[in-house]
Amino acid sequence: MKSYDIIIVGGGHAGIEAAVSAAQMGCTVGLVTMDKNAMGRMSCNPAIGGSAKGHLVHEIDALGGAMGLIADQSGIQFRTLNKSKGPAVWAGRSQNDRKIYSEVALKTVLAVKNIEIIEESLIEAIEENKQIVGVKTLNCEEIKCRALIVCSGTFLNGLMHTGLKSIKGGRFGELPSVGLTESLVKMGFEYGRLKTGTPPRLNKNSINWDILEEQPGDIPPKPFSLRTPLNEFPYIPQLSCHLTYTNQIVHKILEKGFDRSPMFTGRIQGVGPRYCPSIEDKINRFSDKERHQLFLEPEGLDSDLIYINGFSTSLPEEIQIEALHQIKGLENVEMVRPGYAVEYDYFPPYQVDLTLETKLIKGLYFAGQINGTSGYEEAAGQGIVAGINAALKIQNRPEFVLKRSESYIGVLIDDLVGKSTSEPYRMFTSRAEHRLILRQDNADRRLTKYGYEFGLISKEMFDELTKREIKITKSKEFLSNTKLQPAIINEYLESVNSATIDSSEPIDKLIKRPEVELKSLLASIEKQNNGFDLLKDETVLEQTEIEIKYEGYIQRQIELIAKIEKYEEVLIPLNFNYNNLKSISTEGREKLSKVKPRSLGQASRISGVTPSDISVLLVYLKS
Amino acid sequence: MTQTLSQNEDTITALATPNGVGAIAIVRVSGPNSIESVDKIFYGKKKLQDCDSHTIHYGKIIDKNREVVDDVLVSVFREPNSYTGEDSAEISTHGSSLIAEKIISLLLEENIRLAEPGEFTKRAFLNGRLDLAQAEAVADVINSRTDASLRGARNQLDGLLSQKVDSLREMLVNTSSLIELELDFAEEDLEFVSLQQVLDNINFIETEIDTLMSSYSFGRIIRDGVNVALVGEPNVGKSSLLNFFLKEARAIVSEIPGTTRDVIREELSIDGILFRLFDTAGIRTTEDSIEKEGVSRSRKAIEDADIVLFLNDINTGFSNYLYNEIKELKSESRILKVVNKIDTNHNVSNFYDVGISAKTGEGIERLFDKLKEKAVGSQNYTEKTAVVSNIRHYQALKKTKENLIGAKKSIEEKLSGEFISVDLRNAENSLGEIIGKITSEDILNNIFAKFCIGK
Repeated sequence: MKSYDIIIVGGGHAGIEAAVSAAQMGCTVGLVTMDKNAMGRMSCNPAIGGSAKGHLVHEIDALGGAMGLIADQSGIQFRTLNKSKGPAVWAGRSQNDRKIYSEVALKTVLAVKNIEIIEESLIEAIEENKQIVGVKTLNCEEIKCRALIVCSGTFLNGLMHTGLKSIKGGRFGELPSVGLTESLVKMGFEYGRLKTGTPPRLNKNSINWDILEEQPGDIPPKPFSLRTPLNEFPYIPQLSCHLTYTNQIVHKILEKGFDRSPMFTGRIQGVGPRYCPSIEDKINRFSDKERHQLFLEPEGLDSDLIYINGFSTSLPEEIQIEALHQIKGLENVEMVRPGYAVEYDYFPPYQVDLTLETKLIKGLYFAGQINGTSGYEEAAGQGIVAGINAALKIQNRPEFVLKRSESYIGVLIDDLVGKSTSEPYRMFTSRAEHRLILRQDNADRRLTKYGYEFGLISKEMFDELTKREIKITKSKEFLSNTKLQPAIINEYLESVNSATIDSSEPIDKLIKRPEVELKSLLASIEKQNNGFDLLKDETVLEQTEIEIKYEGYIQRQIELIAKIEKYEEVLIPLNFNYNNLKSISTEGREKLSKVKPRSLGQASRISGVTPSDISVLLVYLKS
Repeated sequence: MTQTLSQNEDTITALATPNGVGAIAIVRVSGPNSIESVDKIFYGKKKLQDCDSHTIHYGKIIDKNREVVDDVLVSVFREPNSYTGEDSAEISTHGSSLIAEKIISLLLEENIRLAEPGEFTKRAFLNGRLDLAQAEAVADVINSRTDASLRGARNQLDGLLSQKVDSLREMLVNTSSLIELELDFAEEDLEFVSLQQVLDNINFIETEIDTLMSSYSFGRIIRDGVNVALVGEPNVGKSSLLNFFLKEARAIVSEIPGTTRDVIREELSIDGILFRLFDTAGIRTTEDSIEKEGVSRSRKAIEDADIVLFLNDINTGFSNYLYNEIKELKSESRILKVVNKIDTNHNVSNFYDVGISAKTGEGIERLFDKLKEKAVGSQNYTEKTAVVSNIRHYQALKKTKENLIGAKKSIEEKLSGEFISVDLRNAENSLGEIIGKITSEDILNNIFAKFCIGK
């Protein structure tokens, strides 16, 4: 019988990260997927990153994950969103060639030794004494394993809807995964249904591009990964997206199909995401809005397909075509594939721990959409955490849990477990209370130490980072010790409309002024001063400036973290019996018993648990 | 890796005796900086820091203007042999809650924070000074406080405040949403709000918070009641007045001067405000030992009073002697000059604040109005006004205001939304502390409900 340390079900974004990290940590990995050519397939829009999601990609990259590298190699457009705002909300986003993305993903997986791809479908997970011991495939083959990571995406009992027609499947043209849910339910897991949707695909050659607004990428484009060599980037030609809008006529046509909407007629039971609604939902809920923005995104260099972002729908096919034809630029468009909604099984994530191991069965891990998330980046972030933890456990090493205060991945998993989402969960920067600290630009400074510890990041990279840290510290010292005379700096200050100074001031104080920029300030005084060679390194300059400029705000957030973290360190025993707590609210007791938080901090974030419940718990925990 | 929470704890303070008037009030201070901080406002024979544990010291509490707040006794306790197990000090003051609160507010300026409900006991438990059964009782107390606040006597007051704070918090959440919208959904085809709009919202909320904060002194009065000392020469009709107020004879009323030997206390409600009346035995120097005792009690009642009702007899005239005695104990603005027996002589001088007849009831309504005016000033209070009566709430509002000012500064400096958001969120949390609501989900839920998101 075949045997692996870890079996991973699903070759999507979570599965890839889990497989690559666990295998690099020395475990043998069997990656089960129905079709290896579907590795990393982008089921929905051909894009990576965006607000908060870009942050996740940078964090995965800093830990040594694959997503940033794959996105860089398959990217046909790169933009930094929110460039007009502060560095904490800058977010990278790429358009990607769907085909190349999959090819690079497969190549990435194949390049790691210890991974074997098994083209199969799983129907059963096997446990003995609440410990995973193996799996059974559709062909009734049994494979042994010590850990199982389920990254099944939308495939568990997937059901696709277009109008009143529904087809079983996890993605267009692909079969669902049947049996695994039932096997998990038999073990005692609770499951639910979620829904997501995708827009129609259009034929590129049938669109009147000339009359549409173009949206090009940034020049120069900026890669996600710190490991992407800049001299080879971008790897492939770059393309533009285009913009168009719906109008009242389009809305009228879509409304005609509402009586055959699987959503409105109740055929779809699963809960859909509020932040990514279907076009029919937008029209229905915001009827006073006259038009909705649509992005036409190329699916790839050689592809004739165009993804119409913003037009996700499950209305009948003929309604979709009729409506599309009333949109500017799409008068004669050919719809290659209608949009559809997909319903799938998920396992409410209170059932997993912060390591993503299930509380019920040891050695069983869930990552990605099975935990109720939506998005490639959210899935990948969980994949790498599950992969690392499965490997650590097999090697009898201490677990790996990221804190909310050090990463978006930490926020993601903590939210999932504590809030146990009932709609598909997407990351937003506003979910992170430590937003100013969790920036893309310092992801490596926050997380690369862990990647290095687990052997996912090379020594050279880590050493370079260490050297840079020293440079940053020295630069800050230099800027605070170097005082500038009014005669030297006033001309510069005037040029940026900043108040002149009467007596000499240290540079770091001047940098705190919003209108003063470190780089141009240094340039203006270069003749008079030596000693800022340290700041010749752009990343050092950037980090130094951000840290000085926003010191007050960052300090306030750090203080807040310290206050909160005191509670994080008050641990709750695993089998703590909340029924003994007479003074706790009924809802609080119920939620606490369900989630089984590990720390008082985690407990305090569970919805329904009140501040007074936490006080009571604190008192009891000390008994 | 469970850490002992008492390590690195901050220093806390609170009134340890019930609110209102007692023989003494005790302010408890506990935590690593407790003794050192009390030293900063305490002037005694030697520094408390140099004193042994379990010793008591006489001295004065002095405020920033070098004025004496009160004569006090301070007990020093060193860890681990204190109630909480930490270094502690207990300041015993004369029984006025006003003085106790003044001392607390001085301590709050020394980097000490106000204790949470039950926090002293919590610390005592955490430091092993209480056993589990005792701790359970504390847990129940912490919880029952929340429950009780739904029922308690001051409910209406708290309810109004909660409603007000809740609506301000909701407005803050809305304002935050406007900012978050632009940060998280920059790509959406949405009309983003102008910073002017955000600023207008913040200014509006700040004004409301100012109003609430300014209601504090008044709110405290509503919560704690107003102490009124009834003072007058013998036989001017103090007890008759008291009886008239209360419609029943509690004090001994006779024609012999000096028969009211004790301080008699009665309570009276005027338009929802509680007045505590203290009938005094007079403060005339006497040789009678029983009278002497009464005199000293009377003087204390005057000191502790919020208002002195100085009663005169229209037939014997204004007692300058007694007035001067009172003025030594109480500022003139707190004294209400009242003349009695106007049924016997209608010629009332303007010199008096009000003329009454305790016999016929004439002028009593005007006296009530005057008392109310002295107690709450000219503030326009109705039973529907939200007022702040709790120092904890006051502190939270103060913090909220600071946060709002921080947010405005970021806007002025044209900083991006994520910086404005830091202070707005802190403001939401500060307000949330008053009503026990802290959640980050609110903002996103609000965005999803109000804006068409999803391209």
